Amino acid sequence: MTTANERKIVIEPVTRVEGHGKVTILLDERNRVRQARLHIVEFRGFERFVQGRPYWEAPVLVQRLCGICPVSHHLAAAKAMDLIAGVDRLTPTAEKIRRLMHYGQTLQSHALHFFHLCSPDLLFGFDADPLVRNIVGVARKYPQLAVQGVMLRKYGQEIIKATAGKKIHGTGAIPGGVNKNLSTAERDVFLKDLDQILDWARGALKLARDYTTAHLQELAGFGSFDSNHLSLVRADGALDLYHGNLRAIDAAGGKIFDQVDYQHYADYIAEEVKPWSYMKFPFIKSLGPEQGWYRVGPLARINACDFIDTPEAEAARREFLALSQGKPSNVTMGYHWARMIELLHAVEKIRDLLHDPDLQGRDLLLKGQRRPEAVGLIEAPRGTLFHHYRVNERDQITMCNLIVSTTNNNTPMNRAVEKVARDRLSGVNITEGLLNEIEVAIRAYDPCLSCATHALGQMPLLVELRDHAGRLLDRKARGNGIETT
Amino acid sequence: MPAACWTAKREETALKRPSVLVIGYGNPGRLDDGLGPACAERIEALALPGVTVDADYQLTVEDAAAVAQHDYVVFADASLDARAPFVFAPVQPLAEITFTSHSLPPGAVLAFAHSMFDARVQAFALGIRGYRFNAFGERLSPGARRNLAAAVRFLAETIRFNRFAEYADPRQKPSTKEPRVVMGLTAADLN
Repeated sequence: MTTANERKIVIEPVTRVEGHGKVTILLDERNRVRQARLHIVEFRGFERFVQGRPYWEAPVLVQRLCGICPVSHHLAAAKAMDLIAGVDRLTPTAEKIRRLMHYGQTLQSHALHFFHLCSPDLLFGFDADPLVRNIVGVARKYPQLAVQGVMLRKYGQEIIKATAGKKIHGTGAIPGGVNKNLSTAERDVFLKDLDQILDWARGALKLARDYTTAHLQELAGFGSFDSNHLSLVRADGALDLYHGNLRAIDAAGGKIFDQVDYQHYADYIAEEVKPWSYMKFPFIKSLGPEQGWYRVGPLARINACDFIDTPEAEAARREFLALSQGKPSNVTMGYHWARMIELLHAVEKIRDLLHDPDLQGRDLLLKGQRRPEAVGLIEAPRGTLFHHYRVNERDQITMCNLIVSTTNNNTPMNRAVEKVARDRLSGVNITEGLLNEIEVAIRAYDPCLSCATHALGQMPLLVELRDHAGRLLDRKARGNGIETT
Repeated sequence: MPAACWTAKREETALKRPSVLVIGYGNPGRLDDGLGPACAERIEALALPGVTVDADYQLTVEDAAAVAQHDYVVFADASLDARAPFVFAPVQPLAEITFTSHSLPPGAVLAFAHSMFDARVQAFALGIRGYRFNAFGERLSPGARRNLAAAVRFLAETIRFNRFAEYADPRQKPSTKEPRVVMGLTAADLN
């Protein structure tokens, strides 16, 4: 509750975040930060949209949920529908084609985030003018780096196209398998560029590592806090982005639960609703909402796994964790380095898969005994993604529950904003520096809510400053080249 | 007319034909937000010579590489506030940009194509007026369907008869703002 003596600072929406976001900073009577909240307008209603539709349509329909990561939703839904179709284990060709698709998605998503959203912050500094601190600025000053980002992303996109089909109507994964393999001609195109892609991935990892180690003191406390971490891991504890069981660890690395079959996720994870946010707040049931919130995504995955099964990424993981004496890293800005470890891992996995003749196999689809309910789970680029469905005897979806990566990171993003606000707010004005640093802290999580429509005419960035009575003190607009007032 | 001359004339025509890229973008699962991809689908179905068609949920950085390989590019999107049925206007590369999202506006893609790939492409925005956006559903509203039909007819004719120069902005200096397509020409203005 806001009292008469509290001032409210509103920032709406947050830039470089898909969808509309708003940051509210509540000050006490002495103008110290009492609370900071990140409100993201999550569009609820998709669950109703899929109700009544045949279950086999779900892997295509769910791509409409998010234009940024349609492949992740495609695969998570397909994994659930495999089980609905009665298929517990895919053919080797089907599983490897899907994994190739997923590593392509991870590669292009991580490349976009690092080169085009994060690298301007690293190369120009958090406080640099936004007119310079952007991808065009990078392209002008570091043209080779910008081209590498584009080409890495393009490589990933081409893999998606070869395995999933058209960008907007991907149909590669179907209940029980896939609808095509990878021909030798397609494979050879990817093999031709592989060494270059691998080199660029190594270069990106080096950039993230060198930047972090050169700015350790500055980054260690920036938006940072201790937290739990949640991720899929393989049965032997290895990092696995496509399939595995759930593991949750605390800030020191102690296991909260391990090797949990995600069909039973609801026994371990619950979602809290808060009146001031459209987005739910997931937490580990055994710890409760106050202590049980957790982080997901690259940082959580690198922290939670015991090892990575590709050599260069594993060496990078060890180096990363050495900074925290082998314990989990709770440094928010560590997400960038962790993300680049995963980017290299994805390229290593793509290399291994391209040399696997199973990709040219013809055994693509299995059938089984229909089931009424299933959960599909995948480690999407931004973190753990849950898809839960029930299907009636007429093959119609009757229930759908999704917990997307950004929702899993809801509390951590709020904590990060609050930490930055407490550390950096001075006076009662939103300075460009504060705005920049809030953006940087949120951006570390790579949140995505592109469920919002984006048609021409959309609102630009709005910054409003209001006093304790709600009176507007200041207003700024900033956006994709839209005029500033 | 000797066959050789006929062949030579055809080759000459082919050489003069510009390459055109049409990118329709938007989310078909969000009602009229699907106007861009629907436009792309219809243009692709016409199989116009020299035309490459792409569709995606939004514009992203790698689109700059494809844009740079063409003489003309048309960014087809739904518009919240354009004069119906559509607007068609040149796009200038943005001289100033605050890249704030996973997706890019057309002027930023163009700026990126110019600065990174030395592009010489001329770009246009086709903003098709839509009316319903804030719900899930894979269907266009009746008004959007009418506007789409008019936009596709216009774009197909513009491509077939290479009329892009008629709508090009003579100003060559980069803009500091994303062009407002509402200031562009409508089909009614052209007739």
